[in-house]
Amino acid sequence: MTRYVMVADLRRCVGCQTCTAACKHANATPPGVQWRRVLDMEIGEYPDVRRAFVPVGCMHCADPPCMEVCPSTATRQRDDGIVTIDYDLCIGCAYCAVACPYQARYKVETPRFAYGEAPTESEAQRHEAGRIGVSTKCTFCVDRIDSGVEQGLTPGEDPEATPACVNSCIAKALHFGDLDDPDSNVSQLLAENQHFRMHEELGTGPGFYYLWDRA
Amino acid sequence: MRAVPRQQGNWDWRAAGNFLGGGAGTGLLLFAALGGIAGLPVGPIVLLALALIAGGLGFVWLEIGRPWRFLNVYFNPRTSWMTREAYAALPVFAAGLAALWLGPPMIALAALCALVFLYCQGRILRAAKGIPAWREPMIVPLALATGLAEGGGLFLMATPFLGAAPRWALLAFIVMMLLRLGVWTAYRSRLIAAGAPQETLAVLARTARAVAILGVWLPLLAAVAAFEVALLAPVAGACALAGGWWLKFTLVTRAAQTQGFALAHTPARGAGAAGPGARPGWTGRTA
Repeated sequence: MTRYVMVADLRRCVGCQTCTAACKHANATPPGVQWRRVLDMEIGEYPDVRRAFVPVGCMHCADPPCMEVCPSTATRQRDDGIVTIDYDLCIGCAYCAVACPYQARYKVETPRFAYGEAPTESEAQRHEAGRIGVSTKCTFCVDRIDSGVEQGLTPGEDPEATPACVNSCIAKALHFGDLDDPDSNVSQLLAENQHFRMHEELGTGPGFYYLWDRA
Repeated sequence: MRAVPRQQGNWDWRAAGNFLGGGAGTGLLLFAALGGIAGLPVGPIVLLALALIAGGLGFVWLEIGRPWRFLNVYFNPRTSWMTREAYAALPVFAAGLAALWLGPPMIALAALCALVFLYCQGRILRAAKGIPAWREPMIVPLALATGLAEGGGLFLMATPFLGAAPRWALLAFIVMMLLRLGVWTAYRSRLIAAGAPQETLAVLARTARAVAILGVWLPLLAAVAAFEVALLAPVAGACALAGGWWLKFTLVTRAAQTQGFALAHTPARGAGAAGPGARPGWTGRTA
């Protein structure tokens, strides 16, 4: 079996938002929609203050609450763990959005463009009417993964088969790979470092791990 | 990018309208069933109850992004409480409309089906894991209790058209009010004990005062007095309805903060050491 997950090394992330920009570029998301985000968290009070940059987005949970609540079965989970949305089935009720503890889902009611009401040339070419009025979120760049795997490439190792945010990361803080392969990059990172998953107590089994210190 | 919980923006007054109409409609159907058994002419009340439930569902239809795909809501009865709610609504309308010809037994059947419908509404909220105020298990009894109290209130408001308010209706209304008070108190206590977004608790604390006066003590006093002064029955009902609707409207549109973001540990950066976790904007334990 294959279980694709993402690993974010919090020690390395510098909050540059290159992953955010790469995601927007790769997926042509409209203004206000960020499938990949990086939180800038300040923790503590002066003089004991810490700062952490925390990449967030869809966690592609093992037990996704968004899929459980979806009345139309538009949200599904593939055998490799990637949670998808069928835009042709979704009714845009946004139940998935309130069920997601990671605020990873977006619904845009009307077309939005970067510079006013008219799209730029690029936006006009890449605008997808099917994404209006429905729920959208990070797909782990599933098309790239599928295309890469068809070519015999390894997601997480070969850039052509790896999510855009991971490819773009300037600090090598983001990693992607198969958790079920003990020799994969992500399995080794998790073995060598202490890690946690966000809101693990909610029982969603997020497929997004955060490294915070050496093992 | 804010890490603290913030009011969800996906469900607005239209979604709240579904919970308002569904709850009050169900409660009214239950009281109409009792009234029918008591021999009262409750046909118009049944119609009003069905209109409330239909109106609530209509509000949801206005909110969804792809309204002409609304039949897709029936695709996931296996796990989705929204699908189950949609299925549960069908026999409510079938039995409710049939009751106009077939009388009290069908009203009772419609009321039973409506209770299932209202239960589904409570479970819809509970399944929303992203909203701490909704996923608290006591939200289900709260949805049921306040819906029944609102329906009782509406029934009392209709009593001038039925003659005097029956004593059984006043008694049942008082029981529903006490039930709502108990469940509302337990709901808030559990939310505080479990830990919740600070803003959620602050909003609920502010709301609690209004709910206590308008939704509990005024209607209770008026209902007790209505045993002697029948004119006070509609006043009690109106207060109970307003208090319940305000409570639910607040729960959906103002006290529905998201989970926010949390770290179990802060990372070791550079030569520094790792630090404790953090859950900004929450009460109780950190992470």
